[in-house]
Amino acid sequence: MFTGASQFAFVGLIASGGSPWAGAATAALLGTRNALYGLRLGALLEVSGARRLGAAQLVIDESTAMAIARDAPAESRFAFWATGLCVFALWNLGTFIGALATHALPDPKVLGFDAAPPAAFLALLAPRLRAREPIAIALAAALVALVLLPFVPAGVPLLVVAVLVVLFGLRPQSGSPRNR
Amino acid sequence: MISWGGMTWLALLAAAAACYAIKLAGLSLPQRLLQDPRLQRTVPLLPVALLAALIATQTFSTGHHLVIDVRAAALAVAAVAVLLRAPFLIVVASAAGTAALLRLL
Repeated sequence: MFTGASQFAFVGLIASGGSPWAGAATAALLGTRNALYGLRLGALLEVSGARRLGAAQLVIDESTAMAIARDAPAESRFAFWATGLCVFALWNLGTFIGALATHALPDPKVLGFDAAPPAAFLALLAPRLRAREPIAIALAAALVALVLLPFVPAGVPLLVVAVLVVLFGLRPQSGSPRNR
Repeated sequence: MISWGGMTWLALLAAAAACYAIKLAGLSLPQRLLQDPRLQRTVPLLPVALLAALIATQTFSTGHHLVIDVRAAALAVAAVAVLLRAPFLIVVASAAGTAALLRLL
């Protein structure tokens, strides 16, 4: 799957003993933001048919950010394809090397590799914490997940958090101003 | 360690297919969905909540037990690296290095 947080989450969840299906569900939920990116990019890219099928795979954080940062539509399209293809090639090369290298490595704990995924998630999370609401949501989500963890199967705390945040986001608004 | 049985591969394929379908749906759905303010505010919150929950559970637990060990220190070092605007790989490597060093002591 070409959407980094989802790939890390899938591996992380089953490595910590979760069911592969809980991992798959979490990966898909983390990927939902790409649908919103696709909606933004749709008008910009003007792709159809086979090109749309190809473009879809390249819809990620990086390609979207580069595309919408340009003013001229032609530059936007170039930025999208260039960023998307570069990241796609390097990402999968990295994954491939990683898959081969595991056989050459000792116990991952000795190298501290079990501490790497949370750090990666933190680096992915940090740019999204630019307002008070996302910070509060991040703290609440972490707390809920930890409280649930001892009592439910691995992976379930994440799904509960996902349901709660969707309910929170879709709650009826009483005309409150948005803070973005 | 991960046992790569048939079920795991099946789930992996399903996850990859779902992630691709979500992207394609975004490119294919009518633009007016973008106007829906509830969708606009909910979708960006999902990765925030899920990433925070992943960080918490993968740092402070072993199996079904809540624990505080070297991974907490590693996360703190990663947080400092993020605050210093370090590149992604440095953030990850600093956390792994911290955990590895502390285990050596």
